[in-house]
Amino acid sequence: MLSIKNLHVCIDGKEILRGINLDVKAGEVHAIMGPNASGKSTLAQLLAGREIYKVTAGSVHYLGRDLLAMSPERRACEGVFLAFQYPVEIPGVSNALFLKTALNAIRKYHRLPELDAMDFLKLVRERMNRVGMDEALLLRAVNEGFSGGEKKRNEILQLNILQPKLAILDETDSGLDIDALKLVADCVNDMRGPDRAIILVTHYQRLLDYIVPDAVHVLSQGCILKSGGADLAKDLERHGYNWLETGDLIKQIA
Amino acid sequence: MTTTQQLNELINREYQHGFYTQLEADTIPLGLNESTIRLISAKKNEPAFMLEWRLKAYQHWLTLSEPRWSNLDWSPIDYQNAYYYSAPKSEKNGPRDLSEIDPELLRTYEKLGIPLKEQKMLAGVAVDAVFDSVSVATTFKQNLSTLGIIFCPFSEAVQKYPDLVKQYLGSVVPYTDNFFASLNAAVFSDGSFCYIPPGVHCPMELSTYFRINAKNTGQFERTLIIADKDAYVSYLEGCTAPMRDEHQLHAAVVELIALEGARIKYATVQNWYPGDKEGKGGIYNFVTKRGDCRGEKSHISWTQVETGSAITWKYPSVILRGNGSVGEFYSVALSNNHQQADTGTKMIHIGRDTKSTVLSKGISAGYGQNTYRGLIKVLSDAENARNYTQCDSLLLGEHCGAHTFPYIEVKNPSAKVEHEASTSRIGEEQLFYCTQRGISPENAVSMIVSGFCKAVFQELPMEFAVEAQKLLGVSLEGSTG
Repeated sequence: MLSIKNLHVCIDGKEILRGINLDVKAGEVHAIMGPNASGKSTLAQLLAGREIYKVTAGSVHYLGRDLLAMSPERRACEGVFLAFQYPVEIPGVSNALFLKTALNAIRKYHRLPELDAMDFLKLVRERMNRVGMDEALLLRAVNEGFSGGEKKRNEILQLNILQPKLAILDETDSGLDIDALKLVADCVNDMRGPDRAIILVTHYQRLLDYIVPDAVHVLSQGCILKSGGADLAKDLERHGYNWLETGDLIKQIA
Repeated sequence: MTTTQQLNELINREYQHGFYTQLEADTIPLGLNESTIRLISAKKNEPAFMLEWRLKAYQHWLTLSEPRWSNLDWSPIDYQNAYYYSAPKSEKNGPRDLSEIDPELLRTYEKLGIPLKEQKMLAGVAVDAVFDSVSVATTFKQNLSTLGIIFCPFSEAVQKYPDLVKQYLGSVVPYTDNFFASLNAAVFSDGSFCYIPPGVHCPMELSTYFRINAKNTGQFERTLIIADKDAYVSYLEGCTAPMRDEHQLHAAVVELIALEGARIKYATVQNWYPGDKEGKGGIYNFVTKRGDCRGEKSHISWTQVETGSAITWKYPSVILRGNGSVGEFYSVALSNNHQQADTGTKMIHIGRDTKSTVLSKGISAGYGQNTYRGLIKVLSDAENARNYTQCDSLLLGEHCGAHTFPYIEVKNPSAKVEHEASTSRIGEEQLFYCTQRGISPENAVSMIVSGFCKAVFQELPMEFAVEAQKLLGVSLEGSTG
């Protein structure tokens, strides 16, 4: 589904990603782990279409097409979804209107009839219940005055409603208490399926106790240092990121 | 194509009302002097008191110079190089009903989406339309007159209701008020007149559409609305003009008078031609609007959506004379490309227990400069006066500016005056958040801006709120942070 080849990315002349190679097949869940400033969020945002980054080399193909040539809204309509690490506030725009506009924009792109207010409300109520979100948040402005946990749940609600093919979750677990984490994990597990791929960007092993990934990649200083199965995350948790980096260093010196 | 490119394309979308209607016009000679005024007055067949008033205004105007205290920059206006009267020729004997109106003119109004024609009357809006200098049609006159409501062109009111005109004309905005108000008093050619008798709740929105069509023509209309004791009226004004390379002057005056217990809601959707991307052409909009809450517990509210004009100089104000009277000002002002807006309000608290609310939303895009200028004045007898002012600015892009000049003068210690202000920018992050959910950049910007303006749009009559939202979409979409 997603094929990243030798991807180099800069921001303000500084190279953040230095030759990433990654293949994600439909049906798989991949976890991307790594210390702060390793380039995890850059990779997530770049895939979603953020324009502040500059690709200096490499390619990204999504469902066989050049992803980098698509606008962010086109990517979204084609099924690429990013759950933001820091969701922004949009004053005066109700959460309900925002979600309905997004859903209908995507439906329209696929030549599906737009949902009217009644059908939309039915859908959104049911999903909010699933995500454990207070219905009152529908009428509030997008993310305005939401707690950290409410913002993250709101992202998961959007994920649930928009039903993308490739879901990228950027540190959705950070700032969640254990109950909320479980609930979010349940929602994500629900969405696992043969036609959908999920990329979890996370700092901690904790989330992976609830969502067991098919592959784990460790990102450090813009490169994938190591890839492995679910066990790799456990090793990391035990030894810390230094364990890998030191190993890598020794290999390079030797 | 990147988001930024798309947005830039959108921001450069052209003015939608820029067409010009080919009509035979009756225009008087270029320039301004006493005989111009006599000629206008004669064309209108005015009684002597009107001519006298105009001439006094003209004499006073000669002693004044253009006000330059605002945060606006405009090239000098040559008042001798303009026509002060232009009327579609067919008007000569006065149209008695719609069938007598030049079909070309009706088509113009159709293009503007004005419900002049019979089948559109179901929309429930009574319209007076002022084309260049004259009022061409007033719909619904019959229905309204059964309630005793007078809604007609100003020139007609001068003929039919000279006593009312004499009593109220200039009683809120005297001809000595300011440079542009004096000029208007001297040369105004038409406008709308409205009188709601005591206790009558006007059952429909009254509306005036202004259009400047002829070249080199200034438009000077005058609107006078009187709501007698316990009466109610909601009034809407809309404006457009063709695209022209040279600037055109619009200097209107609106006077509102609310007697005891009366309420007037006045809404404006102003979409004069704003000039091109480089700032060439566009309307100079110098307007004096003032309401007088003359009676106890009277209530006047101004709502304005200002999207057009090269220059906007406009401060709809309320004099809170009656005890317990209420004044409100809700404003959305947009300046894009090279537009400049210096707008705001004045709330003058004179009576006891008077209340005023000011909610101003300024949006700047491109190279636009947007200034809020507001005065809250509480005089010494105004016990328990209250004011709340909120003033928010939204910036789109790097080259625009937002400025706020609040003036507060309080002479009574019991007064409570609050002022809140904020400035924000539509950020690349906000836009990305929307586009990442599949929403196009144009819809994202208009959604964000509508959210910003929501509190003001809520004050507009329903159908016009939709209109205003669309207009804002057309005028401002675009420009990233």
